[in-house]
Amino acid sequence: MVLLVVGLALLALVPAGAAYFDQPFYVDLLRRVMIFAIAALSLNLILGYGGMVSFGHAAYLGIGGYSVAILAYYGVHNGFLQLAVAIGASALVALLIGAISIRTSGIYFIMITLAFTQMLYFLGISLEEFGGDDGMALAARSDFAGLIDLGDSTAFYYVVFVVMVVFLYLIHRIVNSRFGMVIRASKSNEARTRAIGYSPYPYRLVAFVIAGAMCGVAGFLLVNHTAYLTPDFMHWTRSGEIMFMVILGGIGTAVGPVLGAFVLLLLEDIISGMAGFVGQHWQLFIGIFLVLVVLFAKRGLAGLLPGARRDG
Amino acid sequence: MNATLVVEQVLNGLQFGVMLFLMAAGLTLVFGIMNLVNLAHGSMYMVGAYLAVAATQWTGSYIAGIALALLGTLAVGVITEVVALRSLYERDHLDQVLATFGLILIFNELIAIVWGRAALFSDIPQALSGHIELFTNLRYPVYRLAIIVVGLLVALLLWYVVSRTRLGMLIRAGASNRTMVSALGVNIRLLYTAVFGFGAALAGLAGLMAGPIYAVQPGMGELILIQVFVVIVIGGIGSIRGALAGAVIVGMVDTMGRAFLKPLLGVLISPTAAESAGPALASMLIYLLMAVVLALRPEGLFPARGH
Repeated sequence: MVLLVVGLALLALVPAGAAYFDQPFYVDLLRRVMIFAIAALSLNLILGYGGMVSFGHAAYLGIGGYSVAILAYYGVHNGFLQLAVAIGASALVALLIGAISIRTSGIYFIMITLAFTQMLYFLGISLEEFGGDDGMALAARSDFAGLIDLGDSTAFYYVVFVVMVVFLYLIHRIVNSRFGMVIRASKSNEARTRAIGYSPYPYRLVAFVIAGAMCGVAGFLLVNHTAYLTPDFMHWTRSGEIMFMVILGGIGTAVGPVLGAFVLLLLEDIISGMAGFVGQHWQLFIGIFLVLVVLFAKRGLAGLLPGARRDG
Repeated sequence: MNATLVVEQVLNGLQFGVMLFLMAAGLTLVFGIMNLVNLAHGSMYMVGAYLAVAATQWTGSYIAGIALALLGTLAVGVITEVVALRSLYERDHLDQVLATFGLILIFNELIAIVWGRAALFSDIPQALSGHIELFTNLRYPVYRLAIIVVGLLVALLLWYVVSRTRLGMLIRAGASNRTMVSALGVNIRLLYTAVFGFGAALAGLAGLMAGPIYAVQPGMGELILIQVFVVIVIGGIGSIRGALAGAVIVGMVDTMGRAFLKPLLGVLISPTAAESAGPALASMLIYLLMAVVLALRPEGLFPARGH
């Protein structure tokens, strides 16, 4: 808990520090990291607590992104409306995908969520009107009627920061509620959950929809961050990356996904920025890192923290 | 739309289907027997394609290319199994997906280090170039016909090995009860390594045949890998029969969709709308098929027995 507070306090101070040392680049970098941390947090709700290994979570990044970009394309820049559409559309898509996918389990669940995301990916490629394969520039950043200016790097940073903290809290509340107990119970023993009178299906579906909607918010933020949208938002390697953040940080832990997103993305940034062979072939080193983590650090980084509380 | 075109597309679908089958056979065996989800199977396909192109260039002989690609992927498969994957059999699918996802990154970069990122192109071997007249008005490339023949022969061989030999008996026994088989004195570890290497060589075979048709480049494995997963999920994971059926279905649906969906849509809706919707729908078709199959039969069309 102390570590969490210290970590968040440090993050809150980043823009000030960056301004002091005249390194605005780090504000952008950490903003991107936190957006992915939000996506990883939402995946952890169903993967870590619910045991649903969704290999298609990037779909909602795409849905959130396309909601904003398409509305902006038609001249609707109202941020509140865009956010509402991003959340609504992500929730709806998650409801459709979840309703079918949750009937299956194990490897079939992994594959069917992957298949649905592939469909959306190809749908994105086919939307010639919205840039097709190449994607399109965001016409304008979301406009919050003068309340917040997302064009201001620092202000946007704090928006992302606040969303991340709120989601951390929300997920903490969800998993410790009666609803969350059923989700976690059905992960550890489905037969017993049924025996005490709960049908896991509706609970899982609701969790799946919540996770999708939360990731839609991450998509909303990501497209505002990059100001450019491509179908690659939904590429299957993106889904794999988000999944890896959750595992790396520690599956089913409260702060694990955030930790995982920070370590993975900062590591990527450092290695790919190196000169020569290492920088050119940075994916090789990320790959080796990934394999080593899975083989040897079974409980993720959060398990290494002193005083870490495991909810899973 | 005439009959010749339809027959030609049926043959193309069959050719794509047997390629998918060669990949799917190894993947489904490894899953059915070792309970391992191996995303890096596509990397074996890529390694096979690169080794074939490289060996053909060094030696000037296509036969040498085939030999090196098959032996090379066998060796790479065995090494990968022993070094990284062996300790994953007992872990859950999530760990397996991630570790093999890491292996994909490693293989892609290693290939890029040795051969660069640009696509390589290779020629169809002299003996198999040209067309053959199947019947009037239909001239079909010999090379694609050869792929169909090789694929069907491999399917026959696999069926024979799995259901008629002692090795196949051990494989089937290992799939249903690993502990019992090793208690009977069979070296199950060695058996697993052999099956994995054999599956890798089959993927290598698909890769070496794909070389002259598709571009040989880093990442080529992932494109086909996801389609292969669709195949084995539709067919029922762990079943060779299911893999063959799934491969032919997916190969046909994908090829037919790409060839005929656009003109067909053009009749129903306006041609301009069909122009943009056609290719997209064609790419989505196999995933749609998979979703429908899983929604109706969550275990696939031919679920493996003993699971």
